[in-house]
Amino acid sequence: MIKVENLVKVFGPKRAVDGISFSVERGEVLGFLGPNGAGKSTTMRMITGFILPTSGKVTVGGFDMLEKPIEAKRLIGYLPENAPAYVDMTVQGFLNFSAEIRGLHGDAKKRAVNRAVEMCFLESVLHQSVDTLSKGYRHRTCFAQSIIHDPDVLILDEPTDGLDPNQKHEVRNLIRRMGERKAIIFSTHILEEVDAVCSRAIIIDRGRIVANGTPSELRRKSESSGAVTLRVSGVNAAALTQKLSQIPAVKRTTIVREEATSVTVRVYPKGDVNGALAESIADATQGLRIHELHTEEGRLDEVFRSITLSDTAKSEEKK
Amino acid sequence: MSAWLNIKTITKRELAAYFSSPLAYVFIIIFLLLCGFFTFMVGGFFEMGQASLARPFFDWHPWFYLFLVPAVGMRLWAEERRVGTLELLLTMPITPWQAIVGKFLASWLFLGLALVLTFPVVITVNYLGNPDNGVIFAAYVGSWLMAGAYLAVSCITSAMTRNQVVSFIVSVVACLFLILAGFPPVVRLISNTFPTLLVDLITSFSVITHFEGFQKGILDSRDIVFFVSVIVFSLFTTSVILRSHRA
Ligand SMILES: Nc1ncnc2c1ncn2[C@@H]1O[C@H](COP(=O)(O)OP(=O)(O)O)[C@@H](O)[C@H]1O
Ligand SMILES: [Mg+2]
Repeated sequence: MIKVENLVKVFGPKRAVDGISFSVERGEVLGFLGPNGAGKSTTMRMITGFILPTSGKVTVGGFDMLEKPIEAKRLIGYLPENAPAYVDMTVQGFLNFSAEIRGLHGDAKKRAVNRAVEMCFLESVLHQSVDTLSKGYRHRTCFAQSIIHDPDVLILDEPTDGLDPNQKHEVRNLIRRMGERKAIIFSTHILEEVDAVCSRAIIIDRGRIVANGTPSELRRKSESSGAVTLRVSGVNAAALTQKLSQIPAVKRTTIVREEATSVTVRVYPKGDVNGALAESIADATQGLRIHELHTEEGRLDEVFRSITLSDTAKSEEKK
Repeated sequence: MSAWLNIKTITKRELAAYFSSPLAYVFIIIFLLLCGFFTFMVGGFFEMGQASLARPFFDWHPWFYLFLVPAVGMRLWAEERRVGTLELLLTMPITPWQAIVGKFLASWLFLGLALVLTFPVVITVNYLGNPDNGVIFAAYVGSWLMAGAYLAVSCITSAMTRNQVVSFIVSVVACLFLILAGFPPVVRLISNTFPTLLVDLITSFSVITHFEGFQKGILDSRDIVFFVSVIVFSLFTTSVILRSHRA
């Protein structure tokens, strides 16, 4: 549904987006991750046709965004960053307008507005001016606008930004449900959302894709992925480390915590041992009392930190 | 077909936006008060002793519009950019032209409404004497076209900035040029220093020169073409500016 080829956007001296390519099919929810300023919003603005790429190509549903913008835009629902909405209208007026500009009139318009209002829980503010809405409601009003024509493609720029935990949960469920029939791209910097919603995630840093895969594939890139955590009692840390280092599959062992009653260590494998490490450790520690023994899945935030350079890190680097 | 439908949708929204705030009513009231005051008090309507509106009423229009039209037009694009709704508007399945024309039409209709509401002035002259209502009608048409030209210029300045105040000031200056280029004292001044050809060229850009004919009841195609070209050219410039923001 969405195909992005070698997209580049240059602002003055800065390459905000620097050669990004990917595609999203119907039934996929693609998470767009990356630190602030990575180029997520800029990429989305080019996909939706708001800004023009310096070079590269975007096609939506087979329509080239530069050559057939109207046809392409018809297929897209878009929630821009910060969820803008016409402040001089009521919620209902705004949604009516959004439906009309999408070519819905009469009964079809009424049905579309009702459906969007129901999905985004807007009944209680329908006649309120957008001006006076709380941030969460304004966000949902703009979200309702993006799904009003039941589009095949949804582009959502930080759809859960500024919502309270309950609202976040609702929006995530909504995205996941809609993702079964649509092609969705959404950006976030909340990592737990990737697990909750995405079928695939792309990590962007300084305008380039630095990782692309399912959430579990990404997790496997993290350093702790495949490591084993072990908590035992009846032995001191030094002796335990000594014992573990004799196992051939062990690369190194770190002490996580040392308490009076127990010792917790993390054991990193040599290469890919596919869970066999836990077994060997269990064998090697026979006779000791094992409180805990498990293989780490790896953590997204570790991957995120190790492959992206945040703004703060960048500015520190300059110093 | 769908192009007009899109333009209509945008125009409807813009008009609703005007009337959702007290600004629209304030604007209309100020306009009507100015018209009444200048026509009957300053313009010497009663002293003239003849039933005509050409001078005492319509002479003031280029000057009223100088401030009132930029005030109407300043928010058109500046506000969309400031609030971020421009991103919604330009990612909807409409062409930028449809958005530009739709927004322009809404403001122009609004100005037309304000103009129509000056009808008590027309009733008054008809009550007091026997004016040529054809001339009055022609002058109204000219006045509305002139308002459209000012408005289109304000569209340009509104598209250039996020700041409504800046947009207002720049468009007042631009519209002032459109007036002064044909304002008799200025014309006299420049004809002393510049050759006639150049003076003619400068005055041909003035709304006053082109409004003159309408005030006499003459619908000259050249005057109509002038106002329509200013509008089309300005809206085209607006589209170029909007596109430059997207590049
Ligand atoms: N209109 C613009 N003019 C100049 N620079 C811009 C513009 N929009 C974005 N940028 C820059 O491009 C980079 C990427 O921004 P953005 O796409 O908003 O990042 P993200 O959404 O990932 O936080 C930032 O450094 C930002 O300052
Ligand atoms: Mg962003």
